[in-house]
Amino acid sequence: MNLNKLRIPILFFSIVSLLQVSCAPVKEYQKMYLNDAEMELAMRKCEKFEMNFQLYREGASGANGGKTGGGCGCN
Amino acid sequence: MIRIPLTIIGLYMSIVSAFSQTATESDSSVYKSRKLKFEEANFVTGYYHQEGNNSAVTGGIGTEKLTDVSNTFDIKLTKYDSKDRLQNYNFELGFDIYTSASSDKVDPSTISSASSGDNRIYPSAAWTITNEKKGQSFGVNAAISSEYDYLSFGGGVSASKNSKDNSRQIGIKAQAFLDQVSIIYPIELRPAPYSSKSRNSFSTSVTLSQIINRRLQVAMIVDWAYQNGFLSLPFNRIYFSDASSDVEKLPSSRLKIPMGLRANYFLGDRYILRTFYRYYQDDWGMQAHTANVEATIKLTPFISISPFYRFHKQTAIDFFAPYGQHVKTEEFYSSDFDLSQLESNSGGMGFRAVSPDGILGITRLNTIEIRFDHYNRSTGLVSNIISLHAKFK
Repeated sequence: MNLNKLRIPILFFSIVSLLQVSCAPVKEYQKMYLNDAEMELAMRKCEKFEMNFQLYREGASGANGGKTGGGCGCN
Repeated sequence: MIRIPLTIIGLYMSIVSAFSQTATESDSSVYKSRKLKFEEANFVTGYYHQEGNNSAVTGGIGTEKLTDVSNTFDIKLTKYDSKDRLQNYNFELGFDIYTSASSDKVDPSTISSASSGDNRIYPSAAWTITNEKKGQSFGVNAAISSEYDYLSFGGGVSASKNSKDNSRQIGIKAQAFLDQVSIIYPIELRPAPYSSKSRNSFSTSVTLSQIINRRLQVAMIVDWAYQNGFLSLPFNRIYFSDASSDVEKLPSSRLKIPMGLRANYFLGDRYILRTFYRYYQDDWGMQAHTANVEATIKLTPFISISPFYRFHKQTAIDFFAPYGQHVKTEEFYSSDFDLSQLESNSGGMGFRAVSPDGILGITRLNTIEIRFDHYNRSTGLVSNIISLHAKFK
């Protein structure tokens, strides 16, 4: 893997590091918005079949909580 | 003058309340721990239909028409054990039925062969134990997936740890799938009776979630996935430039490294922005970018709509060429357009209704969610999917 290929991972980790240092402490009683069901940091249950077909119709997969292997996807 | 009596009363009250609180908590937690409680049940169903003209079964040309009905039902039970740890039991059963015009071309000598349609059944179970005081959890899971020409056994472990202030969580997951592929070649290339070959997939996933402020939270996911064994599909045809034919041939290992970033932001009191970006690369030469944005609008505290848009772009694997363009001297070859250079655009709308008192007169029906997605791929493949999720509590 050359440096050019590492460009995006490095950029990615830099963004995350920047976000980490810009955090403000949030108390439990201040989590009204964060605790909303729509704010969950995961795909919706309703999306599971959609994601399944994207996994078969595109070569890329993973990093979204779904599976990265197993099952056929033949058709 | 009254400062001293007030201080004494205050001290007395705080001592009494402190002790009474401890006793009550202890009693209730012991009582809770012994009961297996029904937490929720979910039913998800989806209808999918696609049309296209680049079927891998017929060498990169021919119909890709496919219809699939998928269903899953899961149930979640919880209980507290004697050490006050929360135990979670999750059982799921999935069942898909599909018809595929391209699969029918595996053996086109029959008008409608057995391969024109199939069923897939996939049960799974998961157990998680959470120590809420320490903010850590551990889990194991197992899954089976079975269809006519494919059998998959999966298993995995997971663990997570929260920061002291619950603003950060790190999660680690390891998963393995041990699969058997039935070797069913196209009818004209069938040398011998069916046999089967193995395909193994191993993956690890690290997730770091972080609360940024009262309205914004993000998660970073890094996966590492390695597959080995028979990674081609035995019934995918290749037509070479000299008009001869063979079946698809791909390397026996593949390493995939996807990285994802999710960020959800609550805007005002009614709007939520859900975003996702993924960068992907593997050692077959594919690189991909995927971005997804969804804007949830709360019409009332219980009803919301969510328009969404997704964009995906990928390069082709090193071994891809369309119909009639591979040469026989190549070591590996595929005309599967799912592995070609492509862009896709998809979008649609979700509708969600939540009510703790029940929906449509059904007391236990807590959530109804309907979602429609229209998908358009630069290779000409078009698909539509409609999904329904019902949650019972």
